[in-house]
Amino acid sequence: MTIQGNVHKYLDNVDTDVIIPARYLNSSDPAELAKHCMEDIDADFVRNVRPGNIIVARQNFGCGSSREHAPLAIKASGVSLVIACSFARIFFRNALNIGLPILECPQADEIRAGDELTVDLDAGVIKNRTQGKEYKAEPFPPFLRNIIEKGGLMEAIARK
Amino acid sequence: MLPEQGIVVPGDCVIGADSHTCTYGALGAFSTGVGSTDLAAGLATGKAWFKVPSAIKIVLTGSFRAHVSGKDLILYIIGKIGVDGALYRSLEFTGPGVANISIDSRLAIANMAIECGAKNGIFPVDDVTLAYVEGRAQREWKIFEADENAPYDEVIAIDLGQLRPIVAFPHLPENTRTVDDLEAKGEKVFVDQVVIGSCTNGRIEDLRIAAKILKGRHAAEGVRLIIIPATQQIWLDAMHEGLFDIFMQAGGAVSTPTCGPCLGGHMGILAKGERAVATTNRNFVGRMGHPESEVYLSNPAVAAETAVKGYIAQP
Repeated sequence: MTIQGNVHKYLDNVDTDVIIPARYLNSSDPAELAKHCMEDIDADFVRNVRPGNIIVARQNFGCGSSREHAPLAIKASGVSLVIACSFARIFFRNALNIGLPILECPQADEIRAGDELTVDLDAGVIKNRTQGKEYKAEPFPPFLRNIIEKGGLMEAIARK
Repeated sequence: MLPEQGIVVPGDCVIGADSHTCTYGALGAFSTGVGSTDLAAGLATGKAWFKVPSAIKIVLTGSFRAHVSGKDLILYIIGKIGVDGALYRSLEFTGPGVANISIDSRLAIANMAIECGAKNGIFPVDDVTLAYVEGRAQREWKIFEADENAPYDEVIAIDLGQLRPIVAFPHLPENTRTVDDLEAKGEKVFVDQVVIGSCTNGRIEDLRIAAKILKGRHAAEGVRLIIIPATQQIWLDAMHEGLFDIFMQAGGAVSTPTCGPCLGGHMGILAKGERAVATTNRNFVGRMGHPESEVYLSNPAVAAETAVKGYIAQP
């Protein structure tokens, strides 16, 4: 699967409280959550995000609360992929479980806001077309790739 | 509540759809947070996948000084290694100092393992654990111990007697400073609200500490003092011990057990520009209400003294 999109860039320790503030958790409707995605860290995100865009961040993306609303909000906002130097472990699981593609890449910090990326998810290769660079992401083990390919954990289990 | 009712016992492998599920590591259980889909899959299949974590060994010696408790130890560790300092890893507490830490403090320490990214925070099972578990456990328990030659990514030695009351400043639990440091620099951080409770510090020991400091005193003018016992049983115990009289006479309000304001749920939601000292576990942007409000994390003794003084202080 190949993903192409422009980058929204964030720094370290983006927590799930800023990805989707608790005051909006009275809904689990992805479209409703998407209206407030990233609101407390980037009030312009919702206005600027376009289908297919890619979020890139540094260390520990998605730390804090286990709320699954966080990857749901990001996915429903049209974001096709999140790349980070590292993810908080619950967000990592939640993203895969609800079918939001993510990649862990130590060089993610070299990517800048607005860069255009082409990403081969299966090979874990990130091409930065703006900077003319290429990065390699950590590959997933086969059982995780199975969850990703099925579109999430529910689908993967339902087909067993 | 799960340890209190004997539902979780030493040796269990527990997942919960809350990031603070790691609390039960205090009993020597492997316990970690997941999202709701993972939990549903666990209920449906009886299985969950884990990457076996590498570990950081925390070797404890000595015992806490007055007005210092488990909260200060875990804030000290988070301040030292950072909010991602134990990412994907296990925090393993060991050493002769463990015997001097109460079960309530151990629960507070394990509770906040997630705040440095840890998968779990685990204590050895000793006489303190068994005294707590016996009479509560609804099942047989099993004691697991680390191998003598177990490898560790890192070993951190901490003398509990050297720890002083610590406050985590906005907007990350790693932004720690001692109250001594604030006092030495003459900094007065005035607050609008003090919250004593939550899954981190809402246990009977925490409420007793707060009551001892608040007895016969009153919250400073303009400071809202909110007390939230962690469970129904703790609520009843606190009431029967007369702690509620002390809290009410100090101008406080006692809530039913709830997460309440910790995650901006209800009761004590901060308005723009407001500041709170809370015995909770997170001080992220907007965590307790308005994105321009501020949360400072502390132990219950500092929280109680702060309520009376109106600015961050230690007894």
